[in-house]
Amino acid sequence: MSEKPTMIEFRDVQKYYGDYHALRGINASIRAGEFFSLLGPSGCGKTTLLRTIAGFEEISSGAVLIDGKDAAHIPPNKRPTNMVFQSYAIFPHLTVEENVGFGLRRANLSKDELARRVGEALEMVGLKGFGKRAAHALSGGQRQRVALARALILKPKVLLLDEPLSALDKKMREQMQVELIRLQRQVGITFILVTHDQEEALVMSDRIAVMFEGQIAQLDDPETLYRRPKSRQVADFIGTMNFLPAEAKEIAGGGFEVAVAGLGTCAIPADQAPGGPTGKGASVGFRPETLTILYEGQQATDRETPGTVVEVVYYGDMTYYDVKLDGVAEPVRLSMRNVPGRPVLDIGTRTRVAWSPSALVLFR
Amino acid sequence: MKTPGLKIYAVIYLIFLYAPIILLPLFAFNNSKVIAFPLSGFTTAWFGEMWADTQLFRAFRNSVTIALSSAVIATCLGIFAARASTRFRFPGKAGLLGLIMLPLVLPEMIVSMSLLVILLAIGVPLSIFTIILGHVLICTPFAVAILSSAFQSLDRSLEEAAYDLGETPFSTFRLIVLPLVMPGIISSLLICFTISLDEFIIAYFLGGNETVLSVYIYGQFRFPAKVPAIMALGTVLVCISIILLSTAEFFRRRGIAKTGAKDTGGFL
Repeated sequence: MSEKPTMIEFRDVQKYYGDYHALRGINASIRAGEFFSLLGPSGCGKTTLLRTIAGFEEISSGAVLIDGKDAAHIPPNKRPTNMVFQSYAIFPHLTVEENVGFGLRRANLSKDELARRVGEALEMVGLKGFGKRAAHALSGGQRQRVALARALILKPKVLLLDEPLSALDKKMREQMQVELIRLQRQVGITFILVTHDQEEALVMSDRIAVMFEGQIAQLDDPETLYRRPKSRQVADFIGTMNFLPAEAKEIAGGGFEVAVAGLGTCAIPADQAPGGPTGKGASVGFRPETLTILYEGQQATDRETPGTVVEVVYYGDMTYYDVKLDGVAEPVRLSMRNVPGRPVLDIGTRTRVAWSPSALVLFR
Repeated sequence: MKTPGLKIYAVIYLIFLYAPIILLPLFAFNNSKVIAFPLSGFTTAWFGEMWADTQLFRAFRNSVTIALSSAVIATCLGIFAARASTRFRFPGKAGLLGLIMLPLVLPEMIVSMSLLVILLAIGVPLSIFTIILGHVLICTPFAVAILSSAFQSLDRSLEEAAYDLGETPFSTFRLIVLPLVMPGIISSLLICFTISLDEFIIAYFLGGNETVLSVYIYGQFRFPAKVPAIMALGTVLVCISIILLSTAEFFRRRGIAKTGAKDTGGFL
């Protein structure tokens, strides 16, 4: 992966809207051919950042480089990027064919060549035979596909996707996620996706930049982001995490000795504290799936702590439990896969919870 | 409607509104110089008299020239203003728009008098041209109001998409914006045309020697013998209005069907 050339580079990008500081020093590189996501809550600047690549937002200072060239004075119609808009922006007065072929208007293609390329593009997104339809007669998912075909027909170096799936229902969204991944592998173009849906970002991306308040809080591949979040904010935004107060002190030879309130002391290696050195007033985090309820006769492979079930949420394949661990102030949430012969526990059941120091993450 | 009271009210309301207009063709085809019931017989003589009246024809031609010019100029100005007000932010925008809309609430009497004073002071001879000037002033607010709503309902990302796909800002405007606001442009043209056509005060003050239809009709009412011919003229004008509005409505509905938007009812 790492030997792939850089496609987009942000160099200390700043953006002000009047007094409002929308982008606060963005530094990042996006590699050619990768599926990159900008993830964050609404108002974090992710869409603004995407639009600086397309050329719709002028940056206040810094530089955006596209394929090694400073894009500052290149207008949107001359950039090797194409965008799929949140509203899809399908031209309502044109047919599907005219929409998809819109970008080729200036290419001076013969009628046959144009029809062939439009047909190819429609086939690629699974809309073969829809060419003559009026654009407004399409469903949400079909509009999405038309927008994709329209953007990809120009063979851009970068495809920009501004929350393209947010208007679709859950089933359709999941289907489109898979199709987008397939499409990206097929065409090999750099995809940059803006989303506020952490699950979507985890499923689709090679790498994700998590943004808060105009800054990139962490840029990593999905697994690192999930397993080793650098801050509580990132950990909280991506998936669910239990936080417990802790005290940590560095030990000789690297790593930390962590005293978790109510759970005792353990030693962890430095990579479990991705946010850097910490001291008093720290906290540790556990993902729900790293905690396990021990049934009768089962033994913990590492540590175990007794507790009481205080809440049960049944999801069919999974059950989420809130367990009040003895000696820990707040109940922790954990998830158990429902398998035959393993009953769902009732509220108030006394139980034991297995955990492992190797699964915890230490935060400042 | 559940209550019969409301139904009756609606019917009375419509009669009150439109019955006077029905009187026009009634007396236009009545073979008596006196406008009174009972009707005495059928004739088309008044239409012949109207057709033969050269002064009337001249006034009609003037009116159409003025109405067409005013509608086109006001709509063009309206496109610029509506575009600016919906797309761009600039200092003094609210005040500027207020100034454009001002003639809407200003008494026409005052507008025409002040225009007259200024035009005379700078030595512009009164003509059709000066009437057009005045009509553009009072039509522009209507054009801006109609076109602003048309531009406002345009999704901004449509333009960005066209720009993104390689079009220049100008070709984007031509290929995307213009076709989509066309229903608004047509209704603006029609409304301005209608306003200009039946405007009286400005035409009366700024016309000089040129007479327009409204002023001519007013003048003819002094001669009872001419009134039936005016009734015939009125009938023709009503017919033209109905044809124009039906055409406009037809295009509006077709435009809506084409873009698949929801029909929010009536014209305007």
